[in-house]
Amino acid sequence: MSAAKNKRIGAEAVAEKGWWLAHQWLILRRIAQFSILALFLAGPWFGQWIVKGNLAYSYTLGFLPLTDPYVALQSMATGHLPETLGLVGMLIVLAFYFLVGGRVYCSWVCPLNIVTDAAGWLRERLGIKGGAQLGRNTRYWILGMTLVGSAVTGVVLWELINPVSMLHRGLIFGMGAAWTVVLAVFLFDLFVMSRGWCGRLCPVGAFYSLLGRWSPLRVSAPARAACNDCMDCFEVCPEPQVIRPALKGEGKGIGPVILAPNCTNCGRCIDVCSKGVFAFGTRFNNPA
Amino acid sequence: MKPKPQKSGAARRQFIFDSAKMVCGVGMLGLGLGLYAKQAKALPALALRPPGALPEEDFLGACIRCGMCVRDCPYNILELAKPEAPVATGTPFFTARHLPCEMCEDIPCIKACPTGALDHRLTDINKAKMGVAVLIDHETCLNFLGLRCDVCYRVCPVIDQAITLDMLPNTRTGRHAMFLPTVHSEHCTGCGKCEKSCVLEEAAIRILPPKLAKGELGKHYRVGWDEKAKAGHSLIDESKMMDLPDRLPEGAVLPGHYDPGSGHTATARGLPGSEAGAIPSHPPGLGGKP
Repeated sequence: MSAAKNKRIGAEAVAEKGWWLAHQWLILRRIAQFSILALFLAGPWFGQWIVKGNLAYSYTLGFLPLTDPYVALQSMATGHLPETLGLVGMLIVLAFYFLVGGRVYCSWVCPLNIVTDAAGWLRERLGIKGGAQLGRNTRYWILGMTLVGSAVTGVVLWELINPVSMLHRGLIFGMGAAWTVVLAVFLFDLFVMSRGWCGRLCPVGAFYSLLGRWSPLRVSAPARAACNDCMDCFEVCPEPQVIRPALKGEGKGIGPVILAPNCTNCGRCIDVCSKGVFAFGTRFNNPA
Repeated sequence: MKPKPQKSGAARRQFIFDSAKMVCGVGMLGLGLGLYAKQAKALPALALRPPGALPEEDFLGACIRCGMCVRDCPYNILELAKPEAPVATGTPFFTARHLPCEMCEDIPCIKACPTGALDHRLTDINKAKMGVAVLIDHETCLNFLGLRCDVCYRVCPVIDQAITLDMLPNTRTGRHAMFLPTVHSEHCTGCGKCEKSCVLEEAAIRILPPKLAKGELGKHYRVGWDEKAKAGHSLIDESKMMDLPDRLPEGAVLPGHYDPGSGHTATARGLPGSEAGAIPSHPPGLGGKP
């Protein structure tokens, strides 16, 4: 039980860079998440109808349609084609996340991310270890199952239980008992499985990871030579498996860009690194 | 091409077992979801979909639960089903007894729908089929009790077409009429105004899904008078019509009965020349004059 073992994640970064630089991407991300939520809530709460709808489909200022391509894909799997606005909205969202990284949706937009991040943070603070483990590719199996299942049942299958849309819809249209599902995800991540929901189960994230497979915007480790193996980035990262190849691959001829599609571009590794190893960059600037 | 056959064999076994584990686990989840989906298709009879909604089994595949119809309804009658509601989570519905559809002529809810779960081909709200009104309880309906409530008839946006008042003699009093609200399903949009305004504690008239409310004739059935009207004349040669002898008591006369054999119509009872007495005002057992 050395002092180093009990230290807080990012403590070195705070000491080295100051509080703001050690938290800037986290703060920006929360601002993005809450701002998007505020845009949706401005209508029902204050009568300012900037955005109508919810994350499944929204219509902004009477001209911008945005459709969740995963929900639309399930609907199409049942054999139904959306209307023109629905299709245009889907193309816009597809193009956007194709460029900025699919799982940017998870870390910068998804309201449930705040819940699971809170569970992850509390789990670390309480020192809860162990618990059940599931492979990180489980989500892709669930993704496939929801698409096949939608085709078989003729129902947009995942939307029957999707905690992400339940939470978002609940906040905007009335929560009802949806909070129980959200609480269940929180407790699941806290006690049962570390980073269980977003990191292993959620097919929404799985879909978006495939969408951002070739996205240009990536986190990179251009200063990886400066890494002092403090492990803070691995500890804080919701998908720690994505870091290793880029951070430790110098000897194997692997470039410093994190190319794994499950990197959510959350930027927490950039925050917590006291050595300034990480930075946002593009996938093309990747010298081995 | 087999540098380490032993290891690759073990790896292959591991891969197969891992895959089997996934298929089983996710399959279980899928099975549960599928069964839940089956339950979700059972829309409660009193939960009505917005105008233009596809049939329920198509609706649940087309609706993405965005709530645009809810937002664009000027009367705020629609709500998205909460998880605890007996309607598929997140889908829009209204309850006529609580708030009926106001039947906007421009149908903004349909226009707002990005998927066509509310069919954009419906442009005339009078052709909507959200359900069918059914005067479900003849025992408590005030008009059936002989009163002139008429509220459902008066509030009907398609008055005198979707609901008419059909006059019948009040056999209880023997001297009044009953004005029975009668729904004509081909004109009823299922807006629910009648159910909303029924003055009873529990509405005697309710909007039901057409499937529950409507009978269906055999496809081969032809209604004679319709066919006659279509053809413009009787479909049979009436002069060749045979009439079998009526089995009546000896000497009895059936009033108004045309006997093709004799070519005469029997005199009505009670008239001079009739052997039988006056026509009883009621069949036995159905009440008479007090």
